[in-house]
Amino acid sequence: MSLPDPSFLLIQSLNGLTYAMFLFLIASGLSLIFGVLRILNFAHGSLYMVGAYVTHHFVSHFVDIPGQFWWAVIFASVIVAVIGVIIERFFLRHLYVREEIDQLLFTYALVLIIGDFARIIWGTDQFSVSRPAVLKGAVEIMGQYFPKYNIVIILLGPCIAFLFWFILLHTRWGRMIRAAALDREVLSALGVNVSRLFTVVFFIGAWLAGLGGALVSPVSAIVPGMDVEVIVNAFIVVVIGGLGSFWGTLLGALIVGEVYAFGILVFPRLSLVFIYVLMALVLILRPWGLFGRALQR
Amino acid sequence: MIPIVLIILLVPLSGSRFYVFLGTDILIFALFAVSLNLLLGYTGMVSFGQAAYFGIGAYTCALLMKKASVVFPVAFVAAGVFGAAAALIIGFFCVRLTKIYFAMLTLAFSQIVWAIVFKWNSLTGGDTGFIGIPFPQYLDSKVRFYYFTFAAVAFSLFIMRKIVNSPFGRILTTIRENPERTEFIGINVKLFQLVAFMISGFFSAIAGALFGIFNHSIFPDLLFWPASAEVLIMTILGGMYSFFGPVVGAAVLLYLRLQVTSYTQYWPLILGTILAVLLFFFPGGIMGFLQAQLALLRGNR
Repeated sequence: MSLPDPSFLLIQSLNGLTYAMFLFLIASGLSLIFGVLRILNFAHGSLYMVGAYVTHHFVSHFVDIPGQFWWAVIFASVIVAVIGVIIERFFLRHLYVREEIDQLLFTYALVLIIGDFARIIWGTDQFSVSRPAVLKGAVEIMGQYFPKYNIVIILLGPCIAFLFWFILLHTRWGRMIRAAALDREVLSALGVNVSRLFTVVFFIGAWLAGLGGALVSPVSAIVPGMDVEVIVNAFIVVVIGGLGSFWGTLLGALIVGEVYAFGILVFPRLSLVFIYVLMALVLILRPWGLFGRALQR
Repeated sequence: MIPIVLIILLVPLSGSRFYVFLGTDILIFALFAVSLNLLLGYTGMVSFGQAAYFGIGAYTCALLMKKASVVFPVAFVAAGVFGAAAALIIGFFCVRLTKIYFAMLTLAFSQIVWAIVFKWNSLTGGDTGFIGIPFPQYLDSKVRFYYFTFAAVAFSLFIMRKIVNSPFGRILTTIRENPERTEFIGINVKLFQLVAFMISGFFSAIAGALFGIFNHSIFPDLLFWPASAEVLIMTILGGMYSFFGPVVGAAVLLYLRLQVTSYTQYWPLILGTILAVLLFFFPGGIMGFLQAQLALLRGNR
């Protein structure tokens, strides 16, 4: 096998990095919700899909507004966050005391319901959103072209990671969220309104999913079924990194993103198998993930 | 019990191809759901990858018959054996984990199996599916195959009923109630869970084998994770704390699906709503609800 062109390898790793950042946005919300609420949210991919559809809707309806794409991103991610709050306040809340299977299946019911609502509203056509005007075009890297938009995404990922790391570690809300992940009973006994905290966590988690969906809309087709496809990848990311572990999620996203980018080149047939084998291996060897803490439960 | 069996046996006499088709479908998924419930309801293990064994059964039986010209009875039994063998290997790793981690690992393994089937074009036909699976010679009509399915499912349910009522089955229920204490009284919990996983895999594969022949074609979608979710819904819908609950769940869900899809394309919306209502208001499923009503009636007397 001849050695591939280094510039090509670089571009491919940047492609993987772009995908990894989207995965990180989605999976970090999923991981946050699991870490605090102990609920594995199948509907997280659906929230992501709604984010993409709403962005498309907004962009195609308000063509004349300057910076419409960025308004659409803000609007869509907040809408999705509000949907998340509604889900938590009115439904999920009543299932906290129930068996895991009930919670799991309820979020799956949401997948079915949200998926069909999206089909009713937007149909089954494939949509795409054009990139914002300032980020059209590409930059030359070692003789190859790489879209400007993807570079922004690659830079945005670590910024959001840093922002959340700061909030979690250095603010009052962050401390409460971390405490709730460890022991919600004690936190509640200390006088913290845990129920409100859960709503805030779900808001943030859903917002991240919506943001991921909104930002992915210019680089990926918006189609029914993108919810089911992304949620499994997000599961793989959080499992590899460790359910509830923040840095683990970032690492998991990088691994999965790059495995997809290079697996396609090296073993086109096997890359899909490989990613699930990786997930199974991590669960077998370190069920709590590469970065997660071992739990006694 | 006897009237129900009679009704099932008399279905083909109605002469309706619709009911024979629906009946066969229900019988197959009833077996699949009951085999899943051996884990879910009886042992307290949430398997989110049961579609893998169903799919393995379907592909094993179909491939052996078409590609290796193996006679049907052998291929049929081999399907179950392959399903059990896969469950042994996969279960060996899965039973080490509990709760959500167990569910995730079963999901991961089922996705591995799905990805292999999906990508191994030369063997399975990949995405285009594996088509043209014939009825075995002596079962070459819908009605004959219906009776054969009935016999196979009835026999399988009979065996599983024996299993859950045996001392072995009682220990499974004990594990469901409290795995730690079961361990304390000197029972090898993981071994029992593994055996339950294998039995479940065997019967899921048998159901899959029946399904492949019944439909004359199989696709990788049979193994994709939403298929695992669907059989979980059937089980919960009928009631996981009753042996025949999953049978009722399969019957209700498949009947509704056939009816609803003739009116609207939005079946997932209806199914999702039913599932949500069920989880909030009838956590015991249909059988749980009926049993509670019956107990209430008796109490009032």
